[in-house]
This record gives sequence, C-alpha cells and structure tokens, in this order.
Amino acid sequence: MDLFQIKKAPTVYDAIVVGSGAGGGMAAYMLTKAGAKVLLLEAGGYFDPADPKYMTQLKWPYESPRRGASTTRAGGDFDAAWGGWEIEGEPYSSKPGGDFFWFRSRMLGGRTNHWGRISMRFGPDDFRRKTLSGIGDDWPITYDDMKPFYDRVDKLIGVFGSVENMHNEPDGHFLPPPKPRLHELMLKKAATGIGIPVIPSRLSILTQPINKERGQCFYCRQCNRGCSAYADFSSSSVLCIPAVKTGNLTLQNNAMVREVLTDAKTGLATGVSYVDTISMQEMSVYAKTVILGASTCESARLLLNSKSARFPNGLANSSGVVGKYLNDSTGASRSGFVPALMDRKRYNEDGVGGMHVFTPWWLDNSKLDFPRGYHIEYGGGMGMPGYGFGGGIENLNGKIPGRDGKMKPAGGYGAGLKDDMRRFYGAYVSMSGRGEPIPLESNYCEIDPNTVDKYGIPTLRFHYKWSDNEIKQAKHMQDTFEQIIEAMGGMPMGNKPGKEQNYGLAAPGRIIHEVGTVRMGNDPGKSALNKFQQAHDVKNLFVVDAAPFVTQGDKNVTWTILAASMRTSEYLIDQVKKKNI
Amino acid sequence: MKRRDTLKAISVASLGMAVGPVEAAVPEPPDTKPAVKLLPGRQKFEAERDAKLLASEKFFTPAELQTVTILGDIIIPADAKSGSASQAGVPAFIDFMMRDQPRSQTPMRGGLRWLDTKCVSRYGNLFAKCTKEQQIDMVEQIAYPGKKVPSDLTQGVAFFTMMRNFVMGGFYTSKMGIDDLGYVGNTPNKWEGVPEDVLKQYGLSYDEPKK
Ligand SMILES: Cc1cc2nc3c(=O)[nH]c(=O)nc-3n(C[C@H](O)[C@H](O)[C@H](O)COP(=O)(O)OP(=O)(O)OC[C@H]3O[C@@H](n4cnc5c(N)ncnc54)[C@H](O)[C@@H]3O)c2cc1C
Ligand code: SF4
Repeated sequence: MDLFQIKKAPTVYDAIVVGSGAGGGMAAYMLTKAGAKVLLLEAGGYFDPADPKYMTQLKWPYESPRRGASTTRAGGDFDAAWGGWEIEGEPYSSKPGGDFFWFRSRMLGGRTNHWGRISMRFGPDDFRRKTLSGIGDDWPITYDDMKPFYDRVDKLIGVFGSVENMHNEPDGHFLPPPKPRLHELMLKKAATGIGIPVIPSRLSILTQPINKERGQCFYCRQCNRGCSAYADFSSSSVLCIPAVKTGNLTLQNNAMVREVLTDAKTGLATGVSYVDTISMQEMSVYAKTVILGASTCESARLLLNSKSARFPNGLANSSGVVGKYLNDSTGASRSGFVPALMDRKRYNEDGVGGMHVFTPWWLDNSKLDFPRGYHIEYGGGMGMPGYGFGGGIENLNGKIPGRDGKMKPAGGYGAGLKDDMRRFYGAYVSMSGRGEPIPLESNYCEIDPNTVDKYGIPTLRFHYKWSDNEIKQAKHMQDTFEQIIEAMGGMPMGNKPGKEQNYGLAAPGRIIHEVGTVRMGNDPGKSALNKFQQAHDVKNLFVVDAAPFVTQGDKNVTWTILAASMRTSEYLIDQVKKKNI
Repeated sequence: MKRRDTLKAISVASLGMAVGPVEAAVPEPPDTKPAVKLLPGRQKFEAERDAKLLASEKFFTPAELQTVTILGDIIIPADAKSGSASQAGVPAFIDFMMRDQPRSQTPMRGGLRWLDTKCVSRYGNLFAKCTKEQQIDMVEQIAYPGKKVPSDLTQGVAFFTMMRNFVMGGFYTSKMGIDDLGYVGNTPNKWEGVPEDVLKQYGLSYDEPKK
C-alpha cells in the first residue's frame, strides 16, 4: 500500500462532522435523526462507558498499581479522558509570556466523557454585555433565540436543578436535584448568612429516568469515569451511539482531519482530508456540507490550515479574525478545614459526581471595580481516598488540638497520626470561582510557523494574557472564599494568594472553557460566522463547538454548545429543504 | 542487550555484586510471570507501559526495602483498629511509584542513604540495624517540619515528610486503610440526604426557613 497515494472515498455524504464531543455529537445526532447520511470523523478511539472493556466505574484505588496517580493521564487512571494537557506527538506552543494550556481528549465523545456535568444556560444579559456595560461585545443573537433550544436540550439530555426565578440564571426543565450533603448544608447556612446565595446545582445527571435507553443515577460520585448506566451526559453514550443506531451515521474513529477541501471555482467546501492514525493512510472524503466540532482551538486550527489560492488566509477567514478572541473562564480556589466536622459519623454520602449546591453570581458589577461576574463551585465530604490521600497532613495537624485538648507539633508519625486521619476525614471544604473574562483580540491562537505534529499537520501557537479585569475579579473571589470559610467556623488552608500570584488566578486554559476563536457576528468584516454559525465566506461550512461564541458568561459553556449546535443543525436542515444549500 | 536485561544488570549491580559481561550471554529463563491484570479502558501506550512496569525489576535493593518497611511501620503502625503500612502492602506500592515516576528516585534513594549515614555517625549502625529506641530517637529528630532543627538535619526532615506522604497515600488507598477511615461508598446507593440523627447533631434541617 502506498500511503501517499491519497485514497478518495466514492460516497458523497450529506454532511461530514469533524469531532464527536458536545458540538459534533449533537450535530451528528440531529442530522441523522432527520434522515441525513452523515460521516462522523473522530481523531480518537471508540469509547462506550457501558462496555466493561472501558469501565473504571466502581473500581477501587488499589485496582490501579499507582492508586490512580496521574502519571499517564491528567485526571488519573480512573478518569475517562484519553489525552490531557500533553499528547505525545501532538505538540502546541506559546509565545513567551503568553502561555496557554490546552486540554484535549482523543476519544468518542471527546471531553464530555469526564467533564463536570455542570450544565448551565447563559442568561439574557450574557448575550448583550456590551450594551449593558460598554465593554466587550454583544452576540448576534439573544437569549430568546436560544431559549427554545436550551429547553429541548434539557428534555433530550436531562438536567437537574431548581426553579429560582433569577433574572440572569434562567430556569430550565429540571429533574429533582439531590439533597445537599452535610458540608453543603453548612456552606449554605454560612454563605446565605452573609448574603451570598447558595442554590441547588444544575448538572446533567438523571436523578429520574427519562427514557428506556438510559438508566437512573445510583449515586457513586464518579461521573468523571463515565457512567455505565448512561445516567449522566456524555456525547458518546447519549448522542453518538444513538446516532449510529439510526443507520444513517458512518462513524470513523482514529481519523485525524488535516484540512477542509474546497472547490476552487465555487469556493464551496467539498469535504475534508484526514489521516488514519493507525494505518497512517491518507484519505479524502466528500460531502455536501462540512461541520466542524473539533473543539474551539482545533476548529480554528483546521480553518487556518485550510489554505488555498482562493483562501490564502485560511478558510472562512477573509476577516482575519480566526484564532483571535480566544478566552477561557477565570478560576481561583481555596480550601478550608472545618473543625465542627471532625469525628464525623460515617455513612455513604457519595451523591452525584459533582457538587449538589453552588453559588450563582449575586452582585452588581456597576458597584465593583471589575466588569464581570463569577459563580462558585463547592467541594468536600467523605470521598473515596485516591492517590496522594493524607499528603500534606503536616500543614494541618499542628494547628488542631488533639483529643486531650493539647496542641502537638505538626507532622509526626505513629498511632497519633492515624488518629488524626480518622478525626480529620471529611472535614474539609473547597471552593472554586469560575468567572467571565473580557475577550481580547490580543489573546489568540495561530499556526506556529515552525512546528508540525506527528502527522505533519502544522500546530497551534498561543498568546494569552489576563488583563486587570480578571485579576481584580480573582481578588474578589479570594476575599469571598475567606469570608465563607470563616462564616462556617472553618480555617482557611494554605496562604491566601496575593498580588504577586495574581490572587491565585489560574493560568489561561486551565479552566478548560475555551471559546471564541471563530467568532460569529453580523458583520463579515469582523466575524467569521453568521448568527447560525455558518461561515460568511463559505455557505456550506459550519462550526458547532464553542469557537463561534462571542463571550462565555460566568457559566460553564457546554450546555450552550449543545443548544447552539442543535440550533445550527435545524437551520441547516431547513436550508437544505429550501434548497439554499 | 535487550532493555530488560539492561535493567536486570543495573539492579544486580546496585546490590553490590559484580556483573561480568557473561551475564548477557546467559539465555533468558522462560517467562513464568503470570499475566498482569490491567485496568479497563487503558490506551494502547498505557497498557504497554503498565505491563512493562509491572514486570520490571524492583527499584529498592533488599536493604533499602527493609528500611522503607521499618519506616513505613513507624509512620503507620498496627493499632486496635487496623494493621500497619507493611501489612497493607505499602512498601511494594512505593517501589512501584519509584518506577512509575522516576523523578522521585533520587530524593528517595538519596534520603535513605542520608538516613543510614546519619545513623552510622550517631549510633554506629545503619538505620535498619539500629535498636528500636535508636530508630525512634532518629525519627523524632526529623518528624516535625514545623520545629527548628540543626542545619545538618533539614534534609532529613524533608525526606521524612516525603516518606510520610508516600506511606499515607499508600496506606489509605489500600483496602485496609479505606476500612480504617470508614469510607463506605463506591457502591450503588440511593442518596436521600443526611441521616436524621446527623442533621440533629449539627442543628441543621432541609426545611427552608420561611421567607
Ligand atoms: C475535567 C473537565 C471538566 C469539565 N467540566 C465542565 C463542566 O462541568 N461544565 C461545562 O460546561 N464544561 C466542562 N468542561 C468543558 C467541556 O468538556 C467542553 O466545553 C466540551 O467538551 C467541549 O465540547 P466540544 O464539542 O467543543 O469539544 P470536545 O469535547 O473537546 O470534543 C472534540 C472532539 O473532536 C476531536 N477532534 C479534535 N481534533 C480533530 C481533528 N483534527 N480531526 C478529527 N477529530 C478531531 C477530539 O478528539 C474530540 O473527541 C470540562 C472539561 C474538562 C476537561
Ligand atoms: S454519580 Fe450517578 S450519573 Fe454519575 S456515574 Fe455515578 S451513577 Fe452515573
């Protein structure tokens, strides 16, 4: 076989979808359900959380020789993420002083197999921040355009939560939320006491069955391992596998797309070329429509790498905006020790694979020195010990009086240390702020002029710097965390990060909510896509991950990826019916 | 020489035995190791790596292993509720971690050596050969990172802290350690909220205060 003899597939599909995560999975699902013949190309391998071959759910730490340490994957041995911050043979780089960290999963379902299942809609204000505050940009669509799709995603996939009637935290079609755990009740009491709201979280986990294909949550707290009962949302189990079952989907795993192919005369997309990551065979495949859902940065990379005489700046990039306005959530955290929780009664409080309560943004930015809000996610409880458990005990046990009321020196050994571990178990809380940044043109990804990956595909180079807006927001987070921990009679742990550490503000990319690199907008001179996520320059080319998003709100973005991809898919079906495409 | 043989040669050499070039000429004995059981869902490179590591030579020399075992059981001794670190298989876990994350090898091997040198100068014996009292006397000098210690002991404090962390991590992720803590989850459950008696104990309830 001559690998450089590019094989051309004879079939012309109705659509090719690149990437099987939240965005690509939804497009493949919607289109195949509507009867279209779709080819789904996924760079990673096949994954089904219900197949024992892949199942790590309900395994014990000692079933891993490294007790689940993160030696070969960022989330540890049990985590359902094939990939992480670094992937062998698939490098990326950053310009000096502009570091960005890029988390990728290479598998059916992408990063939705192990994501946090925090499933929040954007609110009406999140689509029009420029109008409201004077900085940033508005979306070309409003909450009313998205609402019907959020509603349908809620019903199709399932999400629990509570009706709160808060203006910018719109309610959805909620399943019953699980009751708060003990530390969550304490957090709620403490925080509400100082004017910070705490409400049931909104996670895409089935606390009640919603159909015959998927089971109900059995409260193992391990959604990040993928649920064998399909009781949480993964694109693999909830969208891709059902799409395969329609008979209309051709799923091609281990297919790393290189570029989008275009017709030099019409300027339309004709298909894509990819390399089979196992055989290294080069392939070209053809379709009437091409839909990119390879994730925010990868979709930008694909467009920038799809250069031709007609599209010298890359595809859909006559505006030059592709790659720019990359933005990730801000993030900062703190943990605390809660003496009142020492010597707790033991019982199974695993609950769902995430927090049962959270704090939505509750303040008015016009009265603060930073322009955007954040929400707070909470952790704690009597969880299953994992790799590194008990590490750093010397930072705590010298600060807590022993059973005899006397202080003892930090660290130590022996029976007393064992007793400390029993007393302290489950007495910690942690909190993480996740906030909205202002997207900047100067934060971007571009093609690295010097580097290719192991398939010979030019790689990305990043440049990202936080502005004062984000740093001030992180400072506010730290102050808030301390107030909450103190209000619950707890002891904040570690040192409070100060100015020199940007108040603990996580490096760009670390929160893994990157959006914005293939902006949508009404002005083709300033945006790459129209309000249906359709390329201004190429009408049969769409992007359905978070690359089109103008901003990201103070909400985690995936629910919006799903709703927007559903909206784009319906638009495409409609356009095909009207013979516009 | 195949990679496995190289590893073998290194570890035999580190026992202080002379290894002549004849070693490589001796045919490998038939592989009698039982097939190792890997976790499900491993990527190809992970499965290959795990299998290789599990079959590879131990990191610790018998003498080092003995010291690690003694230290482990000083840190986590058996008590009325549960067994000791060595009874929970902690030394073998630490050995695996040295092979899995080689960056720990130097601090670990060097730290053990530091301990032996210190014991020889203080008590005239390697740590493992010291009396129980001497061993505890030594450990007492390096077990409390918050305390001021003479400048020739600070490295020992850092080593013991690292050792404590490895031992704790190993013990509390073993079945014995998990039972000791009283973790009772990781099994299908129905979460119906905090038990009544616990709510009462903390003066909490699920009823919303009237607005
Ligand atoms: C640990 C963690 C926790 C998270 N928690 C939350 C949360 O609680 N809430 C939330 O909203 N978000 C969360 N996220 C973010 C969330 O996972 C992403 O927003 C979401 O998965 C993005 O979907 P996507 O379809 O854009 O991309 P992905 O899910 O990344 O899927 C992209 C797919 O495309 C494939 N692909 C990439 N390049 C190519 C190519 N060239 N050819 C073919 N295929 C390709 C990839 O292999 C991958 O399968 C979390 C992420 C992580 C890592
Ligand atoms: S917590 Fe529930 S939904 Fe999540 S993996 Fe466990 S059983 Fe499945």
